[in-house]
Amino acid sequence: MNRKVVITGMGIYSCLGKNLEEVKDSLFNGISGIVFDPVRKEMGFRSALTAKLDEPDLKKELTRSQRVYMPEQAKYAYCATRDALKHAGIDQEFLDKNEVGLLYGNDSSADAVVKSVDTMREKKDTTLVGSGAIFQSMNSTVTMNLACIFKLKGMNLTVSGACASGSHAIGLGTLLIRSGLQDCVICGGAQEVNPFSIGSFDGISAFSTRENEPTKASRPFDKDRDGLVPGGGAATIVIESYESAVKRGATILAEIIGYGFSSNGDHISVPNVDGPSRSLNMAIKDAGIDIKEIGYVNAHATSTPVGDRNEAKAIANVLGDHKPEVTSTKCFTGHEMWMAGASEVVYSMLMMKNNFIAANLNFENPDEDSAALNIPSERVEKKFDMFLSNSFGFGGTNSTLIVKNID
Amino acid sequence: MGNLELISKVNEVLAEEFEVEVETISADANIKETLMLDSLSLVDMVALIESEFGVKIKGTEVTTIKTFDDLYGFISERIAA
Repeated sequence: MNRKVVITGMGIYSCLGKNLEEVKDSLFNGISGIVFDPVRKEMGFRSALTAKLDEPDLKKELTRSQRVYMPEQAKYAYCATRDALKHAGIDQEFLDKNEVGLLYGNDSSADAVVKSVDTMREKKDTTLVGSGAIFQSMNSTVTMNLACIFKLKGMNLTVSGACASGSHAIGLGTLLIRSGLQDCVICGGAQEVNPFSIGSFDGISAFSTRENEPTKASRPFDKDRDGLVPGGGAATIVIESYESAVKRGATILAEIIGYGFSSNGDHISVPNVDGPSRSLNMAIKDAGIDIKEIGYVNAHATSTPVGDRNEAKAIANVLGDHKPEVTSTKCFTGHEMWMAGASEVVYSMLMMKNNFIAANLNFENPDEDSAALNIPSERVEKKFDMFLSNSFGFGGTNSTLIVKNID
Repeated sequence: MGNLELISKVNEVLAEEFEVEVETISADANIKETLMLDSLSLVDMVALIESEFGVKIKGTEVTTIKTFDDLYGFISERIAA
């Protein structure tokens, strides 16, 4: 069995906006979500740059007993999923009557861990940690919360693949549907934004220190990039078999036609060229397309010197003479890590559906490798019907998705 | 803290934490039913009483506390001790 897999709904909660329309406008108008956070500086951060987003107040729509198990990223994921289901035209009755799956990328829940350990150390009494801490502390916190809130009955699993988590979640969901094991899967990625979650990342000097110019700090592919900016939030897409979508009378937005993956088998933090190239080639082969059909590449490029350079080489090697626009939306959002693979599919979908490619902000001068790519520093008004999205992570995990527009 | 003051304070912190109207709490009402507690949120009630009043309720003791009156009595006894 090899069924067609389509996207029928999307939802997002990010530093670019709290819904699809707001996010589309930010992308269209070139509005960055990056700020300087003085709290981080007081905490001893090397770089106090971060994406800025408010934690949603869910008191009016979720009970205390639903909220108490949710860390911030689960709240973001709830908002994105609530909106994606609505966008897909899926109500609670459908979820009750069908085995809808859930695959969500998440790879940390530091805030809850730190706070509960602080309480245990100070009070020497585990009861005082409270009932929510265990559920908030686990990597699977997002899927356990969403599955209970939406009463889901299918696959229920967190995908932890570092900064490729969200992309792998979509890829694995695609495989489940293709194979006939699931008809509909809610896929996504979530990322906590609190300082505790990324202090250790700051400690390895991975972040940009361009603190005097927050919106210019994330500059993927630019010659003067000096590191990434951490971001977060959550993004959800609803994917289902073509037959399921037609049966429901759903609006079909796009088709996921390719999923590729690979492992570098190399350094824990330094990406190489071979691993990503194999992921790209696998996705293209899986999609069965001519590479000239690819109208846009949403790169992983996080604005780190080595990562962007090696990805530029991989893209140039694989696409050869074909030069579609290549951008990294991390110039707007910073690196949304566990969320990025899912949010960047949403960003790319918004651009594809609205006939534009957002500017690669801050791309002022190419380096030797990015010069080989077609990277627009200004917004491009263009209709395209297929995009490729890369996500790579620590440990050398790589994921590539190819999505085709359906009008 | 006087008895009435204690009762008022207990009701206030429980109502706020478990998001019920304070008027729904009465001395002879069942705590679990009134506050809609399950086995997990009962842990939060125990933690709340400990952090607010410095009174620890052990696992074996919590099963003997059925009504708010039981809880007021338990807390005031421990405070007095």
